[in-house]
Amino acid sequence: MDVSKFVMIFISMVFINNFILSKFLGLCSFIGVSKETRPAVSMGFAVMFVTTMSSIITWLIYRFILIPFNITYMRTISFILVIATFVQLVEMFIRKTSPHLYKFFGIYLPLITVNCAVLGVAVLNSEEFFINSKIVPGSFALSVVQGLFAGVGYCLAMLLMSGIRERLELVEVPRSFKDVPLAFVIASLMSLAFMGFSGFRF
Amino acid sequence: MIKKLFYEFKKGITVENPTFALVLGLCPTLAVSTTVVNAIGMGVAATFVLLGSNIFISALRNFIPDRIRIPCYIVIIATFVTINEMIMKAYFPALNRSLGIFVPLIVVNCIVLGRAEAFACKNSVLYSILDALGMGVGFTIALVIIASIREFLGNGTILGIPLVKGFEPVTMMVLAPGALFTIGILIGIMNFYHLKKKDKKEIKGLGCHGCK
Repeated sequence: MDVSKFVMIFISMVFINNFILSKFLGLCSFIGVSKETRPAVSMGFAVMFVTTMSSIITWLIYRFILIPFNITYMRTISFILVIATFVQLVEMFIRKTSPHLYKFFGIYLPLITVNCAVLGVAVLNSEEFFINSKIVPGSFALSVVQGLFAGVGYCLAMLLMSGIRERLELVEVPRSFKDVPLAFVIASLMSLAFMGFSGFRF
Repeated sequence: MIKKLFYEFKKGITVENPTFALVLGLCPTLAVSTTVVNAIGMGVAATFVLLGSNIFISALRNFIPDRIRIPCYIVIIATFVTINEMIMKAYFPALNRSLGIFVPLIVVNCIVLGRAEAFACKNSVLYSILDALGMGVGFTIALVIIASIREFLGNGTILGIPLVKGFEPVTMMVLAPGALFTIGILIGIMNFYHLKKKDKKEIKGLGCHGCK
């Protein structure tokens, strides 16, 4: 167990295997919410929070329920149910305790339930850190860190994209390419730039 | 009657195509469209889940309480995704490996939940079956179109068969940027034709033709 493993996860999740730009997870919200910077950042932070928390919860479920009872095929169904319930719970909790934070996350928190990035992290964790149902050393910490940095990568891509799209509002573009098609082309160029990080090792 | 049945099937392929017209379920569309084989596999898998969930949701539509319908739908969908995963692991292990994480992720595909919410919870089983088949075929066709463009430009082949001799492929097209680029351009072209049609209609409505 050394620090370099965590640093490697950081670099891999934020730059090399960025969830949006190279793995295509969470694209719907990426295109939908990235028109302005503020909501985009809110969404990014909400995703970061939920991916971290859901990696903790799904790790516990996988380790202490699914593996001992030998029912790992129930992975998808149990993960999605737990994530949906958890997000609902957090929303209720935040609404009661901190109206300010509730305003900051706004409608984006419930939207996250069906964001593939969240379930994607959970499934990736269960595949990478439990090889053939055998637990990898330090797997809990690695899962949590992977969840956190997947969220950070999402947030980074969201921030960059929303900044670019805000400027694009003022530019004259062909009418048929306005909005969504142009956003995809921009995302493609960003992803090309991020590919420059591949092969980067620590 | 027959006409309506046919319409429910056809609309998923043409006017309400999930990828090009509704822009739903993009993550798997972009991720698995590297080769035509993957695209067909993903399309068939999604159609299977769509069919199963649409049948069950429309059959149970009078029993599911309105308030907790979304969790109910998710449980039904997740069940079919799990069945699909097990079948794939047993009979198509190679395809399962190349689709990877996107097989369990069908559960959060917006198309499946979208059809449950927009169609299956209001219509009878027969219509829901046709709707699911139409949407599934529409999704598969869209996937195959994107995949054939990407596979041809990025690999020089279609379905693994080399088409043009001496063609130097653009590797970028089978990697992540190529997917985003292809779908952006395709939606742009689609918009171009829609806008052209709309302009024509407007001119007809306003000009001398409108006076008749």
